[in-house]
Amino acid sequence: DELAKNAAYIGTPGKGILAADESTGTIGKRLASINVENVEENRRALRELLFTAPGALQFISGVIFFEETLYQKTASGKLFVDVLKESGVLPGIKVDTGTVVLNGTNDETFTQGLDGLAQRCQKYYEAGARFAKWRAVLKIGTIEPTELAIQENANGLAMYSAICQQCGLVPIVEPEILVDGPHDINKCAAVTERVLAACYKALNDHHVMLEGTLLKPNMVTPGSDSPKVAPEVIAEHTVRALQRTVPPAVPAVVFLSGGQSEEEATINLNAMNKLKTKKPWSLSFSFGRALQQSTLKAWGGKAENLAKAQEAFLVRCKANSEATLGTYKGDAKLGEGAAESLHVKDYKY
Amino acid sequence: MASASATLLKSSPIIDKSEWIKGQNLRHPSVCFVRSHPTSAAFTVRASSYADELVKTAKTVASPGRGILAMDESNATCGKRLASIGLENTEANRQAYRTLLVSAPGLGDYISGAILFEETLYQSTIDGKKMVDVLVEQKIVPGIKVDKGLVPLPGSNNESWCQGLDGLSSRTAAYYQQGARFAKWRTVVSIPNGPSALAVKEAAWGLARYAAISQDSGLVPIVEPEILLDGDHGIDRTFEVAQKVWAEVFFYLAENNVMFEGILLKPSMVTPGAECKDKATPQQVADYTLKLLHRRIPPAVPGIMFLSGGQSEVEATLNLNAMNQSPNPWHVSFSYARALQNTCLKTWGGRPENVKAAQDSLLVRAKANSLAQLGKYTGEGESEEAKKGMFVKGYVY
Repeated sequence: DELAKNAAYIGTPGKGILAADESTGTIGKRLASINVENVEENRRALRELLFTAPGALQFISGVIFFEETLYQKTASGKLFVDVLKESGVLPGIKVDTGTVVLNGTNDETFTQGLDGLAQRCQKYYEAGARFAKWRAVLKIGTIEPTELAIQENANGLAMYSAICQQCGLVPIVEPEILVDGPHDINKCAAVTERVLAACYKALNDHHVMLEGTLLKPNMVTPGSDSPKVAPEVIAEHTVRALQRTVPPAVPAVVFLSGGQSEEEATINLNAMNKLKTKKPWSLSFSFGRALQQSTLKAWGGKAENLAKAQEAFLVRCKANSEATLGTYKGDAKLGEGAAESLHVKDYKY
Repeated sequence: MASASATLLKSSPIIDKSEWIKGQNLRHPSVCFVRSHPTSAAFTVRASSYADELVKTAKTVASPGRGILAMDESNATCGKRLASIGLENTEANRQAYRTLLVSAPGLGDYISGAILFEETLYQSTIDGKKMVDVLVEQKIVPGIKVDKGLVPLPGSNNESWCQGLDGLSSRTAAYYQQGARFAKWRTVVSIPNGPSALAVKEAAWGLARYAAISQDSGLVPIVEPEILLDGDHGIDRTFEVAQKVWAEVFFYLAENNVMFEGILLKPSMVTPGAECKDKATPQQVADYTLKLLHRRIPPAVPGIMFLSGGQSEVEATLNLNAMNQSPNPWHVSFSYARALQNTCLKTWGGRPENVKAAQDSLLVRAKANSLAQLGKYTGEGESEEAKKGMFVKGYVY
């Protein structure tokens, strides 16, 4: 079955996902941070830089696109999707249309994008996409996440997943629990388990074929205002949460980085893969900021920095590839900004 | 930590397919809901800043002797109506027809609310007055259909679900600006196709989300889970399905903090399926339907406005009348489209010279249903046309 095959391929040990699906607004913030204007050509150039970085694609099994990028080409006129296909990388597409405040809550949100989704997915499949992504967001507070927020987000994820599968796209299920807050790692673990349980209940109610899905959760960590803990502690809490909620039918778990620095994210992923315990799904990455940060800084928008930027990108790709195998030694040449925290309080994607 | 997950799993009213087939007693949803952390007192039932207005609007629509005229046919559906009298589906024709309806003199004596399609909300009559203003002058509250129609539900047994939540918050706010004071969202459940637990849950959840958003924008939500008439099932099966659907609807409405005093319901009556060989008398329909309402509808809900769903004009009136022979805790009334418009449409036939006669026939039906709401309908002088069934198999709205 095509869905199960593609999902399994994405979780190939040694590979992971590059999340390059920043919306036009969000990519604008990235470009602004290196003083580059947010115009289509610059957005195209940045993505081309990433996709054509020599040697990088071998460590990538999939790339998530934003709609604009799905139809863009390299400077020499080749469609990005074709560039990826030639290197055995699956194109993916972000299909949600953003979050909206959930009325009656204290700024909790739900994700929109279901109206007309089937037609859009068909179009994306025709353009070459083979997987999709939908980001639901929850937060930890005194009473949050509320039952309403959990149910609404789980339901949205399940409906989106069912529609995607009908259109031949593997749905990435992403229930991100934001890291903001003073809570400790145990609180994060409890909430993560509750949320994942609700997600899988909803997915099962909607008859989603789990073998043809991927999970993109947050790692279980202390809140951003709480003292840090060792990677091994993060690894233990995270894997335990997954063991308690994620059925083995799911082929791979591709973590989001959620504001961790490039190096932090890699080291945590590595610790998880070194852990000797039951792990029926492969544990890999789906990083946006944590793969692009130092690359972005090295590029600075200047064509003459191309090679330097692509090298920085290759360094992170290789490091994360090793992390999926548990063999990362922490010796990646740290580019500027690789150790810099990427956390933005109350981050609006 | 494992207990938290187990608690969560118990909290949803899940009924698997095998229970459906056996037609057993269904678990009541409120039994096992346990929160895994201390109750959040701050976020129990609350409506929006429009709370008082919502209650007032709902009460106005649910006033004695009055009901709703549903004239929110989408352009495509309106096209079918116009085609049946040989008219082209143009904006001008739709405008002419809706003008005829809203200007029927004295309509407001029998009609408390009119549901419009978006086009009509922003239209003027052929005399250049805003449709909304004409209605308000007639003491009729303008309402607006906000759903975006039914689409196939993946993973179900060929069932549908209702779209329309994307951007609903801004849309409802805009409709309020334009003068709408209530909203409508129609989802369907099909008995021949199960219904599957998924379809029921999706229908109920969508309604609950729409209702919460509407209230936030000052619109009284009409909650309409139509259990389609299609099928050869008997009245007992309809009753069983209706109990389940309404249980879930109210459970999710509560979950979404919807204020019950500010909603209206638009259910289908409990009847046998259209192809069932056993017909039911108005008395039977009334008995079954009232039993359902008593078991499932909290008294805080001010009005229950039945849909006609393909019954003939007279049938729909007789059934309503039978339900109002003794006092009910909620206003039991009508929200009819075909059962109010059918004869009127045919009488008009698209000719300006027939407008008055058409309006008269609309008023005849409106008055009949008004009497039925008061339990005083006698059925004298009904035309043959009015008694003809309007059921269309597999009707796509």
